[in-house]
Amino acid sequence: MQYLWAFLVGGALCVIGQILIDLTNMTPARILVTFVVAGVVLSALGWYDPLAEFAGAGATVPLLGFGHLLAQGVLDAVEQSGLIGALTGGFSAAAAGVTVSLTCGFLAAVFTRGKDPS
Amino acid sequence: MKKGSTLFFEKRPVFIGWAAVGGKKEGEGPLGGQMDEIFEDTTMQTECWEKAETLYQKKCCEKLFSKTGSKAADVDYMFAGDLQAQCTASAYHARGLDIQYLGQYGACSTMAQSLGLAAAFCAAGFADKAMAVSSSHFCAAERQFRTPLDYGGQRTPTAQWTVTGAGACLLSRAGKGPKVQAVTFGRVKDYGVKDVNNMGAAMAPAAADTLLRYFKDSGTSPADFDAVYTGDLGAVGSKLLAELLADEGVKLENHLDCGLMIYDRETQPEVIAGGSGAGCSAAVLAADVLPKLSKGKLHRVLFMSTGALMSQVTVLQQESIPTIAHVAELTDE
Amino acid sequence: MKLTKTQYEEMTQKASPPSHLFKDCLWAFFVGGAICLLGEVLRQCYLAMGFTLTDAGTLTSSSLVALSAIATAFGWYHKLAAKAGAGTLVPITGFANAVVSPAIEFKTEGLVTGVGAKMFIIAGPVIVYGMLASVVWGVLWYLLRPLFG
Repeated sequence: MQYLWAFLVGGALCVIGQILIDLTNMTPARILVTFVVAGVVLSALGWYDPLAEFAGAGATVPLLGFGHLLAQGVLDAVEQSGLIGALTGGFSAAAAGVTVSLTCGFLAAVFTRGKDPS
Repeated sequence: MKKGSTLFFEKRPVFIGWAAVGGKKEGEGPLGGQMDEIFEDTTMQTECWEKAETLYQKKCCEKLFSKTGSKAADVDYMFAGDLQAQCTASAYHARGLDIQYLGQYGACSTMAQSLGLAAAFCAAGFADKAMAVSSSHFCAAERQFRTPLDYGGQRTPTAQWTVTGAGACLLSRAGKGPKVQAVTFGRVKDYGVKDVNNMGAAMAPAAADTLLRYFKDSGTSPADFDAVYTGDLGAVGSKLLAELLADEGVKLENHLDCGLMIYDRETQPEVIAGGSGAGCSAAVLAADVLPKLSKGKLHRVLFMSTGALMSQVTVLQQESIPTIAHVAELTDE
Repeated sequence: MKLTKTQYEEMTQKASPPSHLFKDCLWAFFVGGAICLLGEVLRQCYLAMGFTLTDAGTLTSSSLVALSAIATAFGWYHKLAAKAGAGTLVPITGFANAVVSPAIEFKTEGLVTGVGAKMFIIAGPVIVYGMLASVVWGVLWYLLRPLFG
């Protein structure tokens, strides 16, 4: 059952993005920024955690989940180390995702070249 | 002789040669068989797309020289341009030629601009022979104006596909071949279009403006020509051009758009609204229009290229897109 | 031509075909859903292997990023994205694609000035504004926390 919810919730979040692409003039970069910031806000309001419990990867894999991760990271860090946690929490939580991305990016750049799609 | 905005040539410059080259997709398009050479490997065995474009332009001109039995030293001026910032594809090509070079930037209008200037130089007696060259490369343009090639983005229904290829022609004061009768250089028009994925719509008013000026200056109408070619308005821009002219009481029924000719939108749906790029009208001119004029299949045509003159910086600064169009009348006699 | 910008905007809108909203949304739904489903399968595997909830989440994201990088490097990701739109943009795989594609693209400008400098040209804003939002939330939480006991 949780697989079905992951699929449905994940798909639905992507549809929101698609509607933004088709009906507004938002560029992909703006949509990604909006999703991440919205994720932080929703998480701060305490609304995202129940969704993540319920839909698992359906809520954490979309970029809203990345925002949620940042918000949770900062929350934990503030609990542990006070105001300094506001500065360290976000990057600590995002560390794995960003580091894996840039490592993969570097490796891909070294071993491949851009291809003509035509 | 100048009348209104149009230059009418008393000593009409002659096309003594032309050549077109294209990439894989252009080879698979309807005009693939008419191009002088198709280079399927669009890297041209180089490590970057900018070099590849220079090579497309070089191969095109080598073809032109071999077809006309001439060499760079016989040519007085080369007017050449491309889409790369600072026109580097042309400049890096010209550095190997030892030729008097004038780099042109008119975005996709480059071919008509170069052709018009080359014709004017020949007609005025400043040049015995002058060449007009223009090229574009999908990958070089894509990474300069849009996003990296491997970036997953969706193209909108009005987007166009930059042609990988080049076209070149050699004009002379004397000789046998199709002739340039007249040229109208356009004015920059901006009707507020901001969508960089709808270039056809941005450029249509510039095309209409230049055409109307030409018809007025020459006392002609579209019916006086076998065909009116435009550069790369694509499906959307072509529709808008017809509407704009109809509003001014001009019926345009023999219109052909190079962007719609170079690809088959049925079998190549990824091009969406058609081809574009500085190489688009250049390749179609040399692969289709000039051969037909020289064989007498066409007698009198208008050849226009249209260009969108924004940069990636001005787009981000929320500016609308200024556009331009130049037109030349070409005849068979 | 006696044409105003407003008139021309109307003409342009009429002449320009609209996006296929329904078809696009179907693609986005199924592809986006499938990527999330794959994520859930991976997450359950990692949980079954005995990782903690947090570690399983981290491993899931990392695996998806790596898969996306491979698909990008082979030129598959943008082909799927041409159809799937937001279905490939919104999941974390889209973030990875936004990092890996400029890295590959700008290799010709050098490893430091190209790959290094341009890698975050698309994804950079996501990090910048995500971090800023998290800092704002962190400070707010620090101030609000006493009120919540």
